[in-house]
Amino acid sequence: MANMAQAIRLALHYAEKNLELKDVFGQDVGAPMGGVFTATQGLETSWNTPLDERGIVGTAMGIALTGDRCVAEIQFCDYIFNTIDLLKIAGNTYWASYGNFSLPLVLMTPVGAGIRGSVYHSHSFDAWASRLAGWKVVMPSTPKDAYGLLLAAIKDPNPVMFLKPKALMRVRGEELIPGEPDNEKTLKSMIDAPVGDRTGWKANWPQVEDFTCEIGKGKVTRSGTDLTVVTYGRHVLMCNEVADQLKQENGTSVEVIDLMSIYPYDWELIKTSVQKTGRVVFVNEDTEVTNFAEHLSYRVTQELFYELMARPKVVAGKNLPGIGLHAELEEASVPQVADIRKEVIEVLKEIP
Amino acid sequence: MPGRQTPIKQKSKSKTKSGSSGLPLSKNQLVKIYDLMVKSRALEERMIKVYKVGEAYFWIGGPGEEAFGVPLGLLANKGQGVDHDWMHLHYRCSATLIAMGMDFKTPLRLIMNKASDKCTGGRNFSNHYAFPEWNVAPVTSPIGVQYSIAIGTAWAQKRNKGKGVTIVTGGDAGSAEGDFASCLIWASRRGNELPMLITVQNNKWGISTHYDDQHGEDHVSDRAQPFKIRNCVINGNDPIESYIRMEEELQYIRKTGKPVVMETTVSRLYGHSSADGANLREGVDCLKEFESLLLKKDIITEKKVKDIKDNYAKEAKQAQIEVRDELDPVASSVWDHYYVNNESGDWRTF
Repeated sequence: MANMAQAIRLALHYAEKNLELKDVFGQDVGAPMGGVFTATQGLETSWNTPLDERGIVGTAMGIALTGDRCVAEIQFCDYIFNTIDLLKIAGNTYWASYGNFSLPLVLMTPVGAGIRGSVYHSHSFDAWASRLAGWKVVMPSTPKDAYGLLLAAIKDPNPVMFLKPKALMRVRGEELIPGEPDNEKTLKSMIDAPVGDRTGWKANWPQVEDFTCEIGKGKVTRSGTDLTVVTYGRHVLMCNEVADQLKQENGTSVEVIDLMSIYPYDWELIKTSVQKTGRVVFVNEDTEVTNFAEHLSYRVTQELFYELMARPKVVAGKNLPGIGLHAELEEASVPQVADIRKEVIEVLKEIP
Repeated sequence: MPGRQTPIKQKSKSKTKSGSSGLPLSKNQLVKIYDLMVKSRALEERMIKVYKVGEAYFWIGGPGEEAFGVPLGLLANKGQGVDHDWMHLHYRCSATLIAMGMDFKTPLRLIMNKASDKCTGGRNFSNHYAFPEWNVAPVTSPIGVQYSIAIGTAWAQKRNKGKGVTIVTGGDAGSAEGDFASCLIWASRRGNELPMLITVQNNKWGISTHYDDQHGEDHVSDRAQPFKIRNCVINGNDPIESYIRMEEELQYIRKTGKPVVMETTVSRLYGHSSADGANLREGVDCLKEFESLLLKKDIITEKKVKDIKDNYAKEAKQAQIEVRDELDPVASSVWDHYYVNNESGDWRTF
């Protein structure tokens, strides 16, 4: 099975061959490195840029104005903040020009903690991104979903932010990407650049096929009837673990929803699940004040109030200025399996 | 003010002919430029009136920059696609668009926020244009961002081997934004030079702050030198110099695919915007100076001058009268064009 970095690479290869993707660019995105997570190795259209985030975003916007498709990368979302006004403009260009100019671009950036990345390689951006009206924002939790969401993002005529959960970049999936070799060693030998001298190396791409995950649609990763957990990114794996633990321990039935799209989001999936369970916990690792989950929690409260059996809860990163490097500090700053489990049990115990 | 250029020597390749006046452009060209300068000034002065009588919330524009703006509009390779020039303008560029063929009603619908405003649907300030059919990128209010965005259209032109170049305009104050530095860096990477005319209209002011309080460099265009970008300062109050120098520089860019930084000295005749009164101020008036020259050289007559001015003033006023009665946007239109193909962006509909 491909890991997420390989899945992203395969999607970009498919797009440059089949979807007229013209440029994949960013800091260290081109040869020889092919991205700090190797997600852009071996591509024909990838190139290195100056270390200039504003230039990267501005260039993507300009390319998109011409109608050409591009995927730009900000190396870590921790460094995206000096582009925030350009991101606002990218989001409002179609609207402010009254439909005269669309911006079909994809901006991808690694997000979140989980790799001991310290203060400036651990930020999250989902809550910030959810405030950039006009963008679509997606975050996969599996390699196959990364492939499908990225192809959907490249096909989409709007600006799409593709948030890469950096802690999952080396995690392998349980499902093959259509056309992917079923032996991971074979895949590695075909598309992973050798360590050391890469002069003359070329990827031997497998015949991957078209596959998209519809933007705006989530999925249920654990079915359940007692409580709903709504999450995305690496916390899908943690929430699945909590659901599995509780089911095994006492038969508690927790439903886990992988939202996959942060905006637009799959309200029908959330609504149907919460109407069934009456209890809901929202989990992500962005900071807790004005967290995107607060909007979802608000909506649940407004629209499903009389169907709730417990107060909705948001489990998110603490409202700290950064994530400390030491494991004790990092784990105390963003939700861990034990934190999620504790909050889920509390909501399950609440008596209306 | 004499023009200044880096030591890269190049003969003028202007195909224009000297007229009997001794001026380096033909009589037809001179009269055409004058006509468009008057037309542009009539538009801006009408828009100021529209604001002052309370039919617009805000005015911002570029009266005083016609001697630069009109030649730019005349020289641009107008059209859609990478074989035409991409225009990344700011909000003082009405003269360029008038020279490209914009009518009076389009900017009046914009400043009066009418539903018929085809650039923004009543959503944005005056002179915030967007014309896909002419590669005119949406004008936006944040200062300087067009210098970053322009890199992308120039890259696409280069990659696609298009015939067009990317033209970007901005003010001297806006050159302090990092986007200007980004533009210089990305346009001049060795082997990846970009076909860009990077212009700065230096009116010496950033709202209320003088150039001398914002800059240490003698000329903004000096910043091109360490990047080995060909650069020059031209007298943007002289439409003849502007036309000839811009034609030369555009020819250089089209031939070499390399960028040029062009700084133009201009006047800000009505201040920053309606925020500081939009009243006529002292300064070189390029229109008056050009008019005097044409009269002195017998290129144009007093009667012709009066006719041109009266006709455009009348046309602009009539356009205001007609646009005044057009429909206003409806509240429900706020959700229009959120996403492409009318896909809803309103979470209440998800």
